[in-house]
Amino acid sequence: MAPRLMQGSDAVADAAILAGCRFFTGYPMLPFTELLENMAKKLPHAGGVCINAESEIEAINMALGAAATGARAATGSCGQGVSLMQEGIAELALNELPLVVFNMARGQQDYFQSTRGGGWGDYRTITLAPKDIPEAVVHTQLLFYLADRYRTPVILYGDYVIAHTSVGIELEKLDFGPLDSKESWALDGTMSGTGRARQIWTWARGKPNTPGPGPSQAWETIAEKYAEIERTEQRFETYRAEDADTLVVSFGTTAIFVDRVVDELREEGLSIGSFRPITLWPFPAVGLAEATKGCSRVLVYELNAGQMVDDVRMYAEDRSVIRSIGGVSQDSSGMRQGDLLNADEVRARIRRAVAEPAPSRA
Amino acid sequence: MTTVDIHAAPDRDARRVVGFKPDLLQSSEHDLCPGCGHPIAWRLVLDSLVELELSHRTILIAGHGCYTQMMRIADLDSLQCLHGRAPAVATGVKRMVPGTAVVTLQGDGDMVSEGLHEVLHAAARGENVTALLFNNGVFGDTGGHMTATTVIGQRTKTSLDGREAAEHGYPIDVAKLLTQIEGAAYVARGAVNTPGMIARTKRMIRRALELQMAGAGFTFVEVLTMCPTGWFVPTADGPEYLEDSMMETFGIGELKAPPPAD
Repeated sequence: MAPRLMQGSDAVADAAILAGCRFFTGYPMLPFTELLENMAKKLPHAGGVCINAESEIEAINMALGAAATGARAATGSCGQGVSLMQEGIAELALNELPLVVFNMARGQQDYFQSTRGGGWGDYRTITLAPKDIPEAVVHTQLLFYLADRYRTPVILYGDYVIAHTSVGIELEKLDFGPLDSKESWALDGTMSGTGRARQIWTWARGKPNTPGPGPSQAWETIAEKYAEIERTEQRFETYRAEDADTLVVSFGTTAIFVDRVVDELREEGLSIGSFRPITLWPFPAVGLAEATKGCSRVLVYELNAGQMVDDVRMYAEDRSVIRSIGGVSQDSSGMRQGDLLNADEVRARIRRAVAEPAPSRA
Repeated sequence: MTTVDIHAAPDRDARRVVGFKPDLLQSSEHDLCPGCGHPIAWRLVLDSLVELELSHRTILIAGHGCYTQMMRIADLDSLQCLHGRAPAVATGVKRMVPGTAVVTLQGDGDMVSEGLHEVLHAAARGENVTALLFNNGVFGDTGGHMTATTVIGQRTKTSLDGREAAEHGYPIDVAKLLTQIEGAAYVARGAVNTPGMIARTKRMIRRALELQMAGAGFTFVEVLTMCPTGWFVPTADGPEYLEDSMMETFGIGELKAPPPAD
């Protein structure tokens, strides 16, 4: 099949359906809206259901119900809409239910929300931040797999650029390997009246015939699962970083601009490279520690007042060389990206940082 | 005609029914208070499911409250969800497994206070589920606080001198609201304070389930139940108090029903 020119929201919808998504619901909010529109158009033809929910709270809870039947389900929103979904995301995590949440974010101010989570309890959400549409298509399919494998809600951190720009793309169905059957927990009513009915309950107390471990033990086990994910699912990419004296850390579409500037500055003889977390959680701690070894500058370029820089400080080899060079970046509508998603701005800020005397290493 | 001398000794000894429990319960043990009306209402649901041969195809979506106990002991595939959200969760469930009987169970704090949005929209979408409201006019689980259905004059821990409209606003008649929504196929309100009411309420629950299985749309049964603990009245006074307070505000009967099939 030849590549087809597709908008990101269109391609991501196709990728979700290819991955077996059969339930989708959302509440319109730019720049997530087109994904909802595409799912509403396409999912019924794939034998699925798409509901235009009456609120984000309804959306996340409908999706939770669909996921509880074992169906591959997804929802999405951005920023404040995802804020409203936090109660449900926490509930999915503590009920060990798989769900994909598409956060087509307005910029990069949802980093904390995605990686820390606003919900209650000891849980985390695997968050993938693609740099472009082709990667978003792969991540979408990977996320459905990871959600099922770990029985947890997961997040795709997209943005206006991914949702609204178009590229020539060829979609292919990806296979990430076998998964456990959902039969032991997915609800379909068939175990009712058998004396062995199933139960999904965050308190995990079970039923009289099949007692559960109770909340304390259940939540401890869930926390151990997240510790395992933290060890095994870190993903990142480095660019010209091997011998770099200055390392620029950025995520999502911002990294494309950073890498272009890295090329330009390398031409000028500057020893510079980049590091991009692909999983915002689990943060690629091991990779970052390795990549920052011996660097005299680690510059964090993110389109917010400084969120990911917290993680960089936590895991860089030497935190005294870290500088935050990004900033809040919004256009006047408050819904898209601002002036900082721009190679000229990236270049100017890196040059300014590099012109300063190198911080003394701790 | 046979007359019965009610003062005479019975012609057989009274029996204590040992180990009695309805089908679809894994245990008859629960932590609900003496005089609570919920277990009576719940038994009507379980018996109806058995009678309609839905035992092996029912999914229960329970909210948060005293009745969560009944989900725990029910021999039904169950999902416990957040306060107010049961109708939204049930939507996702039913859309993915349309052949099942999906029953939501909520209290008045759950459905009418926290979850009015969810129940009204599920009804408007005509979701083919049966939504049950066990209404005792009080947050029983938290210890007797005012809900959106607490009637005028009713004492709660957050309306100590009785609910007063000027200060606390008015109770919401959610059943009446639902009758105005096109997607709601069946709306009824019963109670469990007398044997007659119990029998009548069971017919409502059966009817709602039958209509769900026939694909009629959103079906709703509210059951007024006693909460003497939360009402601060003696246990034995519960049924009478229910009649004098809640029933004055919330009328009993089928508020909306499709015409019976020929």
